[in-house]
Amino acid sequence: MNFLNILTQLAEVDPDVLDRLNPRRAVFSSLGTVAKRSAMAATPVLLASMFQKAYAGTNAGDPVEIFNYALTLELLESDFYKKMQASPFFATASAADQAAINQIAKHEASHVSLLTTVVKGIGGTPAAGVTFKTTTFATLTSFAKQLEIAQLLEDTGVRAYKGRATDLQGIADVNIPGVGTINPLESALRIHSVEARHAAHIRTMRMQTAWISGSGDLDGADNYKGATPESNVTQAGFNLTTAGIITPGVTYTAADVAASFDEILTKPETLALATPLIGA
Amino acid sequence: MSSNQISDLQQEPQVDKPLYAPIKRRSFFMYAGATAGATALVLAGCKKDDNNNPAPAGSVSLGNGNLSVLQYAYSLEQLEAAFYAQVVKTPATDFAAIELKYFTQVAAHEAIHRDFFKAAIVNVAKGTPIMDLTPDFSSIDFTKRASVLGAAKSFEDLGVAAYNGAGKLITAGAGGDAYLTLAGKIVSVEARHAAYIRDLIMPGSFAADDQVDKDSGLDMSMTPVAVITAAQKYIKQTIDASQVGK
Repeated sequence: MNFLNILTQLAEVDPDVLDRLNPRRAVFSSLGTVAKRSAMAATPVLLASMFQKAYAGTNAGDPVEIFNYALTLELLESDFYKKMQASPFFATASAADQAAINQIAKHEASHVSLLTTVVKGIGGTPAAGVTFKTTTFATLTSFAKQLEIAQLLEDTGVRAYKGRATDLQGIADVNIPGVGTINPLESALRIHSVEARHAAHIRTMRMQTAWISGSGDLDGADNYKGATPESNVTQAGFNLTTAGIITPGVTYTAADVAASFDEILTKPETLALATPLIGA
Repeated sequence: MSSNQISDLQQEPQVDKPLYAPIKRRSFFMYAGATAGATALVLAGCKKDDNNNPAPAGSVSLGNGNLSVLQYAYSLEQLEAAFYAQVVKTPATDFAAIELKYFTQVAAHEAIHRDFFKAAIVNVAKGTPIMDLTPDFSSIDFTKRASVLGAAKSFEDLGVAAYNGAGKLITAGAGGDAYLTLAGKIVSVEARHAAYIRDLIMPGSFAADDQVDKDSGLDMSMTPVAVITAAQKYIKQTIDASQVGK
């Protein structure tokens, strides 16, 4: 394969090709990551992936990896709710609480199904067989204790999706057999906000604020910490609690500022939280 | 309220400040409507080609490119912030105490979102924020809990759908990565608000099938034009979102 020849030929049909392959567009800077995944540099696969990124003009991560990451978390959540529904404590919950868990469980199962189809549709092998560790679940000896974990799973899920959004930025629409044409980022965002609705409701069931106000009974858990903790009050370089920083005469409290923005978790941070919960 | 400027509640204290402040950069409309005497100042600040009169009529273009997505978010946050400011200022007579307490928090969140976008547009995106929009809440009865909750649900669900649809319009690079992450940080808070308000209207409806597709488990997503069409009846100015993200 003659790489330069390909470029020359491409330049004939697209005079901008060299610009598109400019490091400014983050193509070559992403090669390092790609190379780690690919033992064979300069294979047709690598080239194809590079051109795809060049033409998308994006941050593009590897969509299979990103969607499998999401799928892993959804499998964990979905199995957790199945275990809740099968637990003897489920019958002790009110009809309204049972209905809420059933609705959430339905969504998680849908997310698993959708993401599995998407991963297959883009040529990957979907994650499977991820379950919530039975021995850990057995320590949750009441519906209320199960809800605590549900809250942590949902709030963590929100942060995890948010943390990968830029990796999906600019990836082109893709036609998924059985689903139709989707925009990968848009689909991820549409799952992300559902997770936030779930988190809000479970927090409400537990008599917490629907948003992360920092004063909740679990808000000090590791799930709310990280490189950018939920208590963060600085956005785009502005400490939003500074008196009059934006609007003269107006000062916002740290609790209100922190609650106004949910924060991201990186993949390693998320996996450090989720992995101990995964098992047979 | 409906005839006041959206930011009055936050910005009234500014009225008696000296006016050497950057009147062009900060929309001078913050002074309008606050006192009758401010009218002269407004006129003094008007350039001949300014078409954004204090009169309710007028058209506001959100522009194009990444900046337009920020302006779009800023327009929606202005609307939400003005709405909740009014909810807190004239609480429904049949609100429970805890509801008013939580709505006060939501009002703060939305005011923070609005102010943050304004600052980000100026300092990060190096753009000029759209004018302070004039809300039209004449269709909302702020004295009635049911009317307030219904409007709140509309605003929050619309906000979620707007952000979900806008994410893909932000181009990577030139700040776009940061904008996308910031939008992501805000949309989930909007979804939390939406869920809370839905549960107040009908317990357990936080993610009901009318909002979250029962088969795919996906939340709503809307284009800027569709969102602005839905929001337009609450805004006096005519908003042009046709080029947002293009």
